[in-house]
Amino acid sequence: MKRKAFLLIGATVAFATMAAAEVVAPGDVVFEDGGAVAQSLTGVAGDPAAGREIFANRKLGNCLACHVNADLNEQLFHGEVGPPLDGVADRWEEAQLRGILVNSKNTFEGTIMPAFYRTDGLNRVLEKFQGKTVLTAQQVEDVLAYLMTLKEE
Amino acid sequence: MIISNLQRVAAIASVATLGLGATAASAQDMPELVINDEIAITTHAPAPAYLENLDEVISGWVFRSTETQALQMDDFDNPGMIFVDKAIDAWDKVEGTAGKSCAACHTGGPEEFAGLRATLPKWNEEKQALYTMEDYINECRTERMGAEAWKWSGADMTAMNALISLQSRGMTINVATDGPVADLWEQGKEIYYTRVGQLDLSCANCHEDNYGTMIRADRLSQGQVNGFPTYRLKNAKLNSIQGRFKGCMKNVRATPYKEGSEEFHALQLYVASRGNGLTVESPSVRN
Repeated sequence: MKRKAFLLIGATVAFATMAAAEVVAPGDVVFEDGGAVAQSLTGVAGDPAAGREIFANRKLGNCLACHVNADLNEQLFHGEVGPPLDGVADRWEEAQLRGILVNSKNTFEGTIMPAFYRTDGLNRVLEKFQGKTVLTAQQVEDVLAYLMTLKEE
Repeated sequence: MIISNLQRVAAIASVATLGLGATAASAQDMPELVINDEIAITTHAPAPAYLENLDEVISGWVFRSTETQALQMDDFDNPGMIFVDKAIDAWDKVEGTAGKSCAACHTGGPEEFAGLRATLPKWNEEKQALYTMEDYINECRTERMGAEAWKWSGADMTAMNALISLQSRGMTINVATDGPVADLWEQGKEIYYTRVGQLDLSCANCHEDNYGTMIRADRLSQGQVNGFPTYRLKNAKLNSIQGRFKGCMKNVRATPYKEGSEEFHALQLYVASRGNGLTVESPSVRN
């Protein structure tokens, strides 16, 4: 019994290490012309339910600050700085949306939208956020998986 | 408790009323700001020529809910006036080694300073520095009263600032941008358009490119400073201009400049000059 548990822990650790090794660092993300990012940042499929939470969380994605999203109508006050995201999966390919989440400035030059997975080229970042991305690689994949569920057609 | 209820009412009202009215706003139904049925405030003015990207400068009052707007229309409803009353008491209070109060030298009362607020910040020839109201107040305290300098955004300072600024209420903002302040003005402009913080935003991204739109439950204004010190429902106190800059920078996860720093003086000069043509509203009321 003990031995079995030990093996299980060993396997979990090995898996976690393997997964960690596959995470693409912010500086290593490959953008295509036009700003799309084809490769998953983690190799682990995004969880749309987790993505929905991250999307709404003010300290994580805080996406409602700027975007209307009818799927989250239970939350009051949706911002209108960016475009509404209803049906966003009908309008964009997954790779393009990943690129927009990672660093939208490669898709829309000069956009107000913050980059959610970037650490370089920033000025005067508050100490506690230095060297950190707004979202982790897996959180980006989770939000992306959630966005891909927003279909109207 | 009263304040927190007010906040809720204001937040709900801002969405309920402005959410519908924003696009429909025209010259006829534009609300007018007249304080105490007496002091007419200019809430819209042609933008100064040096603002390449704006046609019109607009008071932050315009972007607030009807309820918040009403609080500024009568001094009995304006919570900022409570602090002005405190400053009236402080005006006569003897402090420091010289045994003086403000009143000891300024025998004409705070009224002596009518017009000053409309020109700030401005170049102080004697000190060879750009002076804000805080600088003038602390110079008096340390050099003539022999008293301790007040903290930049402390309650004593913002209250006295409000009392002196109030003497210029309704006067047209006319901040000089040339001559000895020209370089500082350029520096302030540079800061205004520089993206900072983890969220990588400049002042202009929100307050020039997106004013009038909702950012969650809040409507973005032009970030005009003609109403400062401003009573905010959010923190139930008077707020200084540079204190607000600091708050904005923290919101975008940037390391703020220090209150009283050259950078914030330059930014204050530039932002104040963006309001030339509006009128002094101090103490204004915002959310």
